[in-house]
Amino acid sequence: MIAAILVMALLGVLLGSILGYSAVRFHVEDDPIVEQIDAILPQTQCGQCGFPGCRPYAEAIASGAADINRCPPGGEAGIHKLAELLGVEFKPFGDDAAPAKPKSVARIDENTCIGCTLCLQACPVDAILGAAKQMHTVIDAECTGCELCIAPCPVDCITMVPVAETVSNWRWKYPVTPLVQVHH
Amino acid sequence: MDIKGYLLILVGTVLVNNIVLAKILGMCPFFGVSKKLETAVGMGAATTFVLTLGSGTSYLIDHYLLGTHLAYLRTISFIVVIAGIVNFTEMFVRWASPVLFRVLGIYLPLITSNCAVLGIPLLNVQGQHDFIQSLLFGFGGSVGFSLALVLFAGLRERLEGADMPVIFRGTSIAMITAGIMSLAFMGFAGMVKP
Repeated sequence: MIAAILVMALLGVLLGSILGYSAVRFHVEDDPIVEQIDAILPQTQCGQCGFPGCRPYAEAIASGAADINRCPPGGEAGIHKLAELLGVEFKPFGDDAAPAKPKSVARIDENTCIGCTLCLQACPVDAILGAAKQMHTVIDAECTGCELCIAPCPVDCITMVPVAETVSNWRWKYPVTPLVQVHH
Repeated sequence: MDIKGYLLILVGTVLVNNIVLAKILGMCPFFGVSKKLETAVGMGAATTFVLTLGSGTSYLIDHYLLGTHLAYLRTISFIVVIAGIVNFTEMFVRWASPVLFRVLGIYLPLITSNCAVLGIPLLNVQGQHDFIQSLLFGFGGSVGFSLALVLFAGLRERLEGADMPVIFRGTSIAMITAGIMSLAFMGFAGMVKP
């Protein structure tokens, strides 16, 4: 009885101290700024910034390896938020980043679609409906226009269709005034 | 024990007495994590790591700490030790290799609830294995687990796109597949002549 209690206590103390020690020894500091940047990015994982996803891009911004103006799905609003968070100047989309395209959504030509589900797997936001050997279609409201579904389609039946400006989606355009150096 | 004996343990645990398909242990992750091939590989790797370490440590605890007169503490102390090892592994992998942590990270806590991880140390005691044999038995058992898991995940990915009656879809066909796989693995029993 006493031996059993002692053995279990010994085990508990031993494991507890090993875990306690390793919690201190192997402590990993999470970079909170990366989390915050990642929270602003749209999480479409589209790779248009040149990084394999939103989190790698967030890490690159945090380490200073990438500019804040490389995320087309985030739009100018996203750049403004990033600029505010990091305390830097707002920058319009850079020349090297993908040029800002008119907001468009993917459209599947349903007569050509063979129902292979390849575009379903590529879609980062699950905006494509369909099943194997069934016709697929895109939910316009969910599509972010990242174009990731275009490459995998074996019959090239996906096209990008610009969203027409209607009363319901019109927004006031952010005024862009080129900055001019003023000499005194 | 010579090399031949060690090889026999390895082949025996991986193929003949496969922990999942012959001993029916570790069914929870076998069905839970086998929907995708990538997750199956990750889970298999994490289990292999923990199980090899766990069976070695459990042997030491059973042999040097518990002995014969405290044998009734075996199960509870193994559970405590395995939970401790899983936690330690998680912290260590996170510190040592963030890349590996991102691959294995979410599976590591799941291993605590894998009954094969407790089953193998207990089978070690039952089989009166020595230290090296225990390590080999743990490693072989977990390689067998990974093999079964990866094969099963591959089959399930194929089944996902197959045209089959509604009544069979999902878990039902998975159960039937697991049964047929189990039967197939029973065939390995004829490989070793007693």
